[in-house]
Amino acid sequence: MSTLAGAWQWLTDPAHWAGDDGIRHRLLQHLVLTVVCLVISCVIALPVALVLGHLGKGGALAVNISNVGRAVPTFALLVLLLLTPIGTWGEGPTVVALVLFAVPPLLTNAYVGMREADRDVVRAARGMGMTGRQTLFRVELPLALPMVMTGVRIAAVQLVATATIAALAGGGGLGRIITAGFNLASTPQVVAGAVLVAVFALIVEGIFEIAERLAPRWARGTR
Amino acid sequence: MTAPPDDCLARNEWICGEYLSTRRRILLDAVLQHLQLTTVSVLIGLTLAVPLAVLARRWGWAAGPVLGVTTILYTIPSLAMFSLLLPVYGLSATPVVAGLVLYSLTLLVRNILAGLSAVPEETRQAARGMGYGPIRLLLTVELPLALPAAMAGLRIATVSAVSLVTVGAIVGFGGLGNLIYAGMNTYFKAQVLTASVLCVVIAVAADLVLLGVQWLITPWTRAARA
Repeated sequence: MSTLAGAWQWLTDPAHWAGDDGIRHRLLQHLVLTVVCLVISCVIALPVALVLGHLGKGGALAVNISNVGRAVPTFALLVLLLLTPIGTWGEGPTVVALVLFAVPPLLTNAYVGMREADRDVVRAARGMGMTGRQTLFRVELPLALPMVMTGVRIAAVQLVATATIAALAGGGGLGRIITAGFNLASTPQVVAGAVLVAVFALIVEGIFEIAERLAPRWARGTR
Repeated sequence: MTAPPDDCLARNEWICGEYLSTRRRILLDAVLQHLQLTTVSVLIGLTLAVPLAVLARRWGWAAGPVLGVTTILYTIPSLAMFSLLLPVYGLSATPVVAGLVLYSLTLLVRNILAGLSAVPEETRQAARGMGYGPIRLLLTVELPLALPAAMAGLRIATVSAVSLVTVGAIVGFGGLGNLIYAGMNTYFKAQVLTASVLCVVIAVAADLVLLGVQWLITPWTRAARA
């Protein structure tokens, strides 16, 4: 219990919130890193998945890529990137590694969502004389939206988690509070950092949960 | 004074045969620790997941809380998880194993429960009509039918565990992750690449082994297709 009390004391000490190593700065770094990487990975993955799903091609690639992604340890990839020339770009390795890890779930979910759009509806759209582009944007995409959003949610939560590991390789973000605590042999700080990260991840998960509840009925996932 | 050797270790190249031959002992130890941590965690996770899933299936009201708690556990990043468990277990392999057990528990409970729920009601009724008691029904009908879904979960859990073990380097018990962490601090390229490749090899090998096991223990799925 004394560890938890110590962690609480560490968290509530205003001195730990200010400055470049402060909680406020680390939180902001974590948030910016997550959002930037999420946007980049969506820009890369979603158009590819939507077009592949619309054409019905490259299914094996789109589905298997997430299995491959799972087998490559985030931490290993981060360190590998850090030792390449990208390592000198500051946050470069972190961003590249995070994007590489967010792309597979986005790609797989969006692709599967597009393919699972009711074939009868798609055929009806074509029968009504819709062009390929119209079918994609007015029929398939709205039907696939719940799956696409599930992918975005998985990617977002994964990003928050992976951004923590970035601290092991010298990146910024909340993980730095934990690694700094290790270096100082300060258990309260380690626990405080871990609690912050866990709460951050749960908040992101919660935001998506609420967004899903508030979404119009047709855009909701069927879970 | 002898001149420094001009081999790939001295040039710090990514691929280095010299590294493999001189550090064989270290690599082997790291691989063994990696396998040990993964196997122990996934086995404990499996032992806990089966009864949890069965209970959640039996009592419908328990399914919501069980799934909710495991989802929340899964959301907690691994670095935070290992650090949170650190004060409880101290600087040992236990926080890594405990963290990995919690992660594999999530995936396993979810998949086993899905497999149990997918057992057709007619099958269950037919077994009951043949005089099967609840225990016999569970062991000889429901669990075997849930096997394909459970094995899918087991494969995902194992591959994830192999990759998550590396983060255990923060507490000094990360198998190959220790080598990656040490290699990062000394810019030792050959060590980082070799350890990373070995991680992926272990993950793929584990996946294939489990696929083979699934093939062996579910002969009826093949008979149906043939």
